[in-house]
Formats: sequence, C-alpha cells, structure tokens
Amino acid sequence: MSDHAPATVGGTGRTSTSRSGQAPPAGVPSPDHRDMRRTPARLTLRQRLSRWDMKVSPYLYVLPFFLVFLVIGLYPMVYTGYLSFFSWPRFGAGHGPWVGWENYSHVLKDPVFHKAFWNTIGIFMLSSVPQVIVATVVAALLDTNLRGRTWWRMSVLLPFVVAPAAAALIFGALFADKSGLVNDVLSGIGLPTVQWHANRPASWLAIATMVNWRWTGYNALIILAAMQAIPRDLYEAASIDGASRVKQFLFVTLPSIRPTMIFVIITSTIGGLQIFTEPRLFDTNLQHQGGSSYEYQTLTMYVFNTANSSTNPYPRAAAAAWILFLIIVAFALVNFAITRAVQKRSHA
Amino acid sequence: MRKNLSWRKGLALGAVATLVVGVTAACGSSGGSDTAQKSLGKNDTLTITTFGDFGYGDLIKQWNADPDRPFKVHETQIAEWDTWKQTLTSDLQAGTGLTDIVAIEGDAMPQFLADGASDQFVDLSDSSLDNRWVDYKAKAGQTIDGKQIGYPTDAGPEAVCYRADLFKKAGLPTDRAQVAKLFDTWDDYFKTGQEFVKKVPGTKWYDSSGSIAQAMLNQAKYPFQTKDQKVDVDNPDLKQVYDTVAKYADTLSTKAVQWSDDWQANFTDNGFATMPCPGWMFANIKSSAPKVKGWDIADAFPGGGGNWGGSFLAVPTQSKHQDEAKQFANWLTDQAQEVGAFEKAGAYPANIAAEEQLSKSAKPDPYFNNAPTAQILANRAKAVEPDLPFKGDKYSDILGLFQTAIQRVDEGKSPESSWKTFVQAVSQLS
Repeated sequence: MSDHAPATVGGTGRTSTSRSGQAPPAGVPSPDHRDMRRTPARLTLRQRLSRWDMKVSPYLYVLPFFLVFLVIGLYPMVYTGYLSFFSWPRFGAGHGPWVGWENYSHVLKDPVFHKAFWNTIGIFMLSSVPQVIVATVVAALLDTNLRGRTWWRMSVLLPFVVAPAAAALIFGALFADKSGLVNDVLSGIGLPTVQWHANRPASWLAIATMVNWRWTGYNALIILAAMQAIPRDLYEAASIDGASRVKQFLFVTLPSIRPTMIFVIITSTIGGLQIFTEPRLFDTNLQHQGGSSYEYQTLTMYVFNTANSSTNPYPRAAAAAWILFLIIVAFALVNFAITRAVQKRSHA
Repeated sequence: MRKNLSWRKGLALGAVATLVVGVTAACGSSGGSDTAQKSLGKNDTLTITTFGDFGYGDLIKQWNADPDRPFKVHETQIAEWDTWKQTLTSDLQAGTGLTDIVAIEGDAMPQFLADGASDQFVDLSDSSLDNRWVDYKAKAGQTIDGKQIGYPTDAGPEAVCYRADLFKKAGLPTDRAQVAKLFDTWDDYFKTGQEFVKKVPGTKWYDSSGSIAQAMLNQAKYPFQTKDQKVDVDNPDLKQVYDTVAKYADTLSTKAVQWSDDWQANFTDNGFATMPCPGWMFANIKSSAPKVKGWDIADAFPGGGGNWGGSFLAVPTQSKHQDEAKQFANWLTDQAQEVGAFEKAGAYPANIAAEEQLSKSAKPDPYFNNAPTAQILANRAKAVEPDLPFKGDKYSDILGLFQTAIQRVDEGKSPESSWKTFVQAVSQLS
C-alpha cells in the first residue's frame, strides 16, 4: 500500500489541477505543492479519505440545509431589503428608481399599520401567554400516573393534526355573528350576544382561541418530554422533606425544565407575531383587510395586503416585512434578556 | 491542512456563486415579456381561469370532445372575484403562474389597462372582430392607444329580482308588469320598501347595503375619480349614495356582506324580498335557493338603467401559447358560445349577434315564473347609459374601500366616522 501512496497522491494532484488546464505530467507533483506534501507523514488514500471524512463530512451533511436556506431564506430576505428602497409601479415588470426611506415612512405613518401592530400584540397576548401556561399545567397532569397515558397524550396532540384552514373554517362557523353556535349558547343562557367580527377585543379572543386550540397540545407534549427527563429521585427527596405536590411542581419541576420553557416561549413568540391563516380565514370583509375597521388585521396580513395595493405594492410590502422582522428580533432579544436575568437570579 | 481549507473555501464560493447567478438569471428571464412560444398539439392543453360561473363548463366539454379541435382546454374555476384578483395581481407581478387565458372582472379592467400593467397582456386586436361586441363593452377592454386587452364575455344590465310570494304577503302587486311600476325612481323603490317591511316584519327589503350602493354608483358620473384620473371621493354624487344607503341600513337592509354565509342564508330563509339583478345574478339565485318558489324578475330598474359587471378574457404575455389562447378567447366570445353561456349561467352577452338571437327567441325561464329573461335583459341593456360611471385606474380599489365603509355602517359604526376612515384609506392608495 505504502509503495503506491505517492503515485496515487500524485494522481489526485493531477485531477485537481488539470481542470485549470495547466496539468503537469502525470505523477510529477506540481512544484508549489511539493513542500507541503512532504512535511506531514505520508498517508494512504484510505487514511486521507477517513481524515477528510472526519473533517469534511459533518459540513457536507449540514450543507443541504444551508444551501436551501440560502435560496429560499437568505436571498429573499436580502432582496426584500434591497427592494424596499425602490419604487415599483403596479403590475410593472421590473422595479423603478431609488426612493430612499420613502416606503418605510409610508408604512410607519399608515394608521392601518399602527392598528395592525396593536392587533398583533393583542392577539399574541391572548394566545401565546395563556398557551404556555395551560400547556405547562396540562403537561404536569400528563406526567402523573394516569390510566391510558398514551391515549391522553395523543389526544392532546390531535388538534395540531387538523389543517389550520379546516380549523379556521370550523371556528369561523362557531363565531359567526348571527348564526354562530357561540352566540346561540350565549343567548340561550340569557347573555347578550357578541359581535365577534366587529368588536375588536372579541375578534382577538376568537382568533386567539383558534390558535390556542391548535398549539397548546403541541407545546404541552414538548414540555412533557422535558418533565419526563427530570430524575425521579428529586421528587422522592422533596416528598420526604414534606413538600406538597404544588410545591414540588413549583420548586422541582419548573426550574428543571427551564431550557425547554425558553424554547417554547421563543417559538410561540415568533409564531404569535406571524399569525396569518386564522385571522385571514376568519375575515368576512371582501377585501380581506381583517374586519371592516381593520379590527383583526395582523402585521403579516398587512404585508400581504400591501403587496396587492395600488401604489408601489412590492416595495412597500418589502419595507413592512423588514419592519416586522425587526419587531420580532426586538421581541426575541427582550425574551432572551428576561430569561437570562431570571436564570442569573436563580443561580445566585 | 491549508490545501484542504482552500479546497473547502473554493467549493463554498463556487456553490454560492452558482446559486446567486442561477437565481438572478432566473429572475431576470421571468420578468421579460418575450416568453418563448410553444405551439400546442392535439393532446396538449390550453388553460383558462374564470371566477364565479361563466357557464363555460359544457362549452369546453364540447370543444374537448370534438376530434377536429387543434388542442384541449382545461378550465379552473375560482369561487370569487376578490380572491382571484389577489392571485392574478401577484402572479402578474411575479411574471409566472398564470393560465393562458385569464378572466377579468369589468370593474377591475381599468387598472389592468393602465400604463405598465397593459404591457403584461397580449394585444388581442383583430379587425375582423370590429362590431362584434356592443361598443361600450369593447371600448372598456381597450387601452387609450387602442390595444384590445380583453374580449368582452358578458354585460351586466340590471333588472330587479323580487319574491312574488312575499310581495303578496305584504299586499303589493305580484304581476311583473305591475311591480315594474313600483321601481321607477330610487325614491319609489325605498318608499315601497318601507311599506313592505311594515307589513312583513321578519323580512328586509333588499339583500345587502352593498348591492344597492353598487347599483346607485353605476348611475353616477364621476364617483371616485375625475376625468384626468385624479382621485376625488369628496363629491356630492358619491356622498349622496353613501348617505342614502346609510339612512336605510337599519330599516331596509339585511346588513349582510355580499357573498358571505349570512347573505347566502338569507336567500332560503326569506331574509329579503328584492335585489338588483344583472343577468349573471340569475345563476346565483338559482344555486342559492333551488327550492324557493316565488322568484320573478321585473323589467325595470330604479333611476333608469344600470350595468353591474360583465367580464373580459385576456391573455397574459407570460403565456407560452398566446396564439392558441387568442384563438380560444375569440371562440368563447363568439355568438353561439355567448348564447350558450347565457343559457347556462345567465351571463348576458356583450356580443351583438348573440343579443339579437336571444331577444328573438324570448325563451321563458320556469324558475323565475316563466319570465322572458333574455327579453327583459335586452330592454334593460337599452336603458344603460354607456359612459356611466367613469372608471379610473383605481376604480376597483376605491370601490372595495367604499363597500367596506358601508359594511362598517351595517355593523353599527357611525356613518361619519366610517366616512372619515374611508377618506383616510383612499388617501393611502397613492
């Protein structure tokens, strides 16, 4: 094997350089590579390959993700940013001249954008916050010795399997203003009916209900997985010390699942700020502007609608998309800062 | 080691470069208007998208069954114009994704005729088709410099559809000639309505505030934009339409949004007694209330005539089969096919020969108490003033916002604050 090694290495050297059209004769190493090749101990092809395998393969395995991300993630993002500084006539085939920050100022001055911002925050507060709390409680209940545990666990996940569009249609019928089941029940027990589409907080509640129905079980299962990883002897020790079930939950369970909680909180924050399907399918307005007075238009709906508006549709939508991106980054940073602070305090 | 590093770097750089070049090249080529043309063989398929019901189902089936036709056709039907409009808009800008023929709603046509937008469509001009369609419809499909972007499929002369059984309950005349006399002016129409709702309290007078607003708008001269395309919504004509509709919202309107579930439900549970009725609405009534007996059509329209809708067929330049698309759009808007579409879906022809053929036949429609629908629509078409209303490039956008403003009033917001929101939203359009 070792006799063959130089020749093989030379062969490799040839194929790699011959592409440039300046191949040295076969077997003769090119002068500039000679020094380098001599310094390390000579390796067989197999050894070299296995070294490459160690060094290169991990990168090759993650490469597809990054290639795809580059094409469908990074490139559109960068191009969106680029586009937000130009004009683009409606239906035009290409973008017009540079307009500076004009699109950003249009979006920031638009009263509909302000409404969409607060709608998004409102729906987010009504969905993500109770969602994480309820999911944690549900997970704690599932963590006990229930009869038919697997069945319970699977049924929590059931709403997640339903397509969001189907869920939105069902909830749209439930929350219909005149013929909806919820209003029927309300009037049946003598309460006034609610205008689920025309009343701003009510519409947020209706949409948040859809989101919570869908995502609570999913988050509960993730938290449950974290809870199952907690060593059981911690609980034994706690109960010997006389800690009640509630105290065990507060002082053993919660601190142990903190990393998972951070994950769940951050993903549901990002999801909550990007709510689109539920409000859009809940919409009764023909122009899909999220209610006749924009009661439940969210920021993502704003971006989508702006891309269809009559003046500079794409650049303005691009500017709005970047503003939304920055808002999400800001939220994520605040989340991060808070969880860091909490962690530090608990370690101290 | 160093060699490895540079090899890796090179690979990465190469990959990035390939990607970037590839992606930019792809974008560059899709934006252009010179799409490479491919002719269709006998088993190839030409695609067309329509919304609502154009009545093309059987016609296309016939075409596909005929072995002499040079290609096959596949139709995609989308339920509502507003949904299709958004897809159409974004696919036009993306430069890809559209079918070979697209149907465009009449009110939205002006924005597709505007500079820049009209370049995205094939010029379908054909001197052999002069005088094929009624003049105002043919012109509505042309750009200012005379490029024919759309072939007119139908016109929307409006009559009034009414429930004779409910009229009887209210002690109103039920015979369609007698009923027609009640609908001479808008004042008459609203006055009769007030009498009606007093006698039949569970039923409203008309189907939605939006449809009445639309009908009144179609009789205004410059509702949204002046002749030179300047947006002007603070004009007395528009204000009058708005104030009238807002005034009667509580007493006469179902307050349901057109095309919504609640609106649909009102067809079967005696929700309302009358509605403005262009020919294409006939099919909607039949499908929404197949078992309801008592629908009839009055040969009259308050305030004169009115045209609501009527669509066009256009060929986007992104189509790879523009010649075949033009040929098929031509076929679909020819006499026999426009008559067929009317019989199937009630779309009243924009084609002159088809109109003449229909008015001669005067076939009664059993669903509408044997009303001679074609005859009525021919009379209604004569009452339409061809230049009303002026539709500027933002007509469809402002119309949507205006309908939304009326929806707010229906939902209980004050007319003044809703108007303010409307004016604000219109100012954001430019």
